[in-house]
Amino acid sequence: MAEKIIELVGVTKSYDGTTVVDDMTLYIRKGEFVTFLGPSGCGKTTTLRMIAGFEMPDSGKILLSGKDISDLPPYMRPVNTVFQRYALFPHLNVYDNIAYGLKLKKVKVTYQNNSGKTFTRTEKLTKAEISAKVKKALKMVDLEGFEKRDVTTLSGGQQQRIAIARAIVNEPQILLLDEPLGALDLKMRKDMQLELKEMHKKLGITFIYVTHDQEEALTMSDTIVVMKDGAIQQIGTPTDIYNEPKSSFVANFIGESNIFSGTIVGNRKVRFLGKTFDMVDDFELNEKVDVVVRPEDVFLVDEGLGQVDGLITSCIFKGVHYEMAMAIGNNEIVIQDTVQREAGTRASVIIKPADIHIMHKEFVSNVYDGIITKRNTVKFAEGEFECDVTQLYPGSYLDEEGYLVLKSGEKLDLTDEQVKVEIGLKDIEIIDNEDDGDSCGEIVSIIYKGDHYQIIVRTFEEEEDFVIDTEYAWNEFDKVSVKIAPEKIKLTLKVENKNERA
Amino acid sequence: MNALKFSRKNLGIPYAVFLAVFVILPLILIVYYAFTDANGAFTLSNFTNFFKSPTNVTILIRSFGIAFLSTVLCLVIGYPVAYLLARSNLKKSGVLLMLFVLPMWINFVLRTAAMKELLYFLGMYESGKLHYLNTVIGMVYDYLPVTILPLYTVIQKLDKNVLEASSDLGAKPLYTFINTTLPLSMPGIVSAITMVFLPSTTSYVISDTLGNSKVTIIGKLIENKFNSGAADSWQAGSAIALVLLLLIFVTMFISGKFQNDDDSSARGNGLW
Repeated sequence: MAEKIIELVGVTKSYDGTTVVDDMTLYIRKGEFVTFLGPSGCGKTTTLRMIAGFEMPDSGKILLSGKDISDLPPYMRPVNTVFQRYALFPHLNVYDNIAYGLKLKKVKVTYQNNSGKTFTRTEKLTKAEISAKVKKALKMVDLEGFEKRDVTTLSGGQQQRIAIARAIVNEPQILLLDEPLGALDLKMRKDMQLELKEMHKKLGITFIYVTHDQEEALTMSDTIVVMKDGAIQQIGTPTDIYNEPKSSFVANFIGESNIFSGTIVGNRKVRFLGKTFDMVDDFELNEKVDVVVRPEDVFLVDEGLGQVDGLITSCIFKGVHYEMAMAIGNNEIVIQDTVQREAGTRASVIIKPADIHIMHKEFVSNVYDGIITKRNTVKFAEGEFECDVTQLYPGSYLDEEGYLVLKSGEKLDLTDEQVKVEIGLKDIEIIDNEDDGDSCGEIVSIIYKGDHYQIIVRTFEEEEDFVIDTEYAWNEFDKVSVKIAPEKIKLTLKVENKNERA
Repeated sequence: MNALKFSRKNLGIPYAVFLAVFVILPLILIVYYAFTDANGAFTLSNFTNFFKSPTNVTILIRSFGIAFLSTVLCLVIGYPVAYLLARSNLKKSGVLLMLFVLPMWINFVLRTAAMKELLYFLGMYESGKLHYLNTVIGMVYDYLPVTILPLYTVIQKLDKNVLEASSDLGAKPLYTFINTTLPLSMPGIVSAITMVFLPSTTSYVISDTLGNSKVTIIGKLIENKFNSGAADSWQAGSAIALVLLLLIFVTMFISGKFQNDDDSSARGNGLW
């Protein structure tokens, strides 16, 4: 394996109190084509900008070939960037745009004087050298003879090529590309993807590429880094990421997937869709798991012939294949197949053991740090919730004045007591009206899991998350409130407190 | 009915009338008077008379000198301010900008009179030797807001990525400023020059008030000629006005050349 060229160690960056990149640790090997992939706002561009030097990390280190470059300004880093909106110099022509970096570059030249002694000194490149390099770079991007053209007269695709030429002409150790194809049309984008890949092979330098387009990432990368909320979700080759997603977020983000709730019922056996399936992974017996099945891995056969039967509810022609939805009990499974089956007909599905991907459940319950208030309610996640405080001490009860009376008869005031609050995913109710619940927030994510949705409601101020399983669909970015039944709130005292009282 | 049909073109009529009466007609009159003598016969003597007098030529050169100096000072003072206001992350930059532009809301003659009092207070007015300096100070004071505004607008619109690209390609901040920021803010600079240079060659209110009537600039000369009461007063005045007009055209043409030709988004472009 090649040596590590760049390393991020515990890099954190926040703007106005919002953490954009959270304690990121990662290394990239020399010559790799690495893609940072994630939805907008996941911190991928900020990470790239920190490597380029446009942003300084709040904490953590960035190492280039083992040397700390965290504090170096961009002009001292052997790294060049291709910007999303090209960022060409509008007052310079094509030649001067590409030569901009070369004119600043200094190289070590070794001389031998008459007495045979050698000495080196740093010199600027000569005009002829610059001219030759610019020519070569233009050839590389297929724009020979464009030297004298004004950059503002070029098309978007040509401008992007010039931007790439301007960066690679400096022979950087790392080329950073910030969604460079985002502004191009689909056809041009596909062409450029292949050309960039080709260029990467030819130049042999490390490419770090940022995109939100999963297909682009799968096409071009050696390694994909999937990011979400400033943290790395998974690092792996395109095949690994696609076939073995580590979380339902990755599965959902990289291509379409069916995600079901399942239980491990035996040695390499998992139960979901009301049936037991064979699989290839080893998991602990009785563990609740998420099961991911890609739509193209589901085979349809006539009713009764497959592993489980269902009713086709829709069938849409998608060009190469048909996309069909099938209802199996309360679950819905999406299937891609080249053979059309009419909606309303019944069929059966077969899923091969190797195509069943099992993931540990991401959230088994919601856990918060809470504080008991005067009125024997518990405060957490920007809300005050009614709860049963007597569960903290077995055999205790509340007297008329609101004091907790222990079994021994001792009266206790629980005000400001710190507790751990635990709530099951199904025990939180979402209410449309922001004012009707006990705490409110915005829906930041919805993942469909076969027979229910897993929704994350994030509170506005402290950004606490409520992870909620519900059978009702909600819209992303909806502002909602949440309500929790008092008996569903499970409280435990923080350990140290308990000891004191014992 | 057809005759009453309203087209959008008709909206321009009021301005066209205004233009004809107050711009075109006076221009024609100036040209007419400049090339005729007291009897209405064609002559070039109005021009030859002007250039024959060393005093007149000195005044012309002095006017341009004062205007040039004022413009340079305005740019030197105004550019850094505009740059700071536009590029820094100051939350109150809007308020600051307002403070700089606020003097424009006060009447120009009033401002100049106030400046005179200020200079008087500082002891610069009475000394008798600082008339030119006082005039230039007054010009800079009066025209600084109109310098800052176009500069601010252009610098604020600069693509941050382009400046980052320069740094990314190995340019130190100073190199980036000289080779990228400055060329890209050229439209604003040209606009600022236009706003300062033009009026400061002619606005003799400032030179009169602050120069204690001892600094004669070309605007004053034209006024003097028109009010001289001589038989050819209008002819002589018109000739100088025409010379000034041509010189300003040349100046603007030259400064306009510095601007990127195809940058049509720039303010004031196409005017010169």
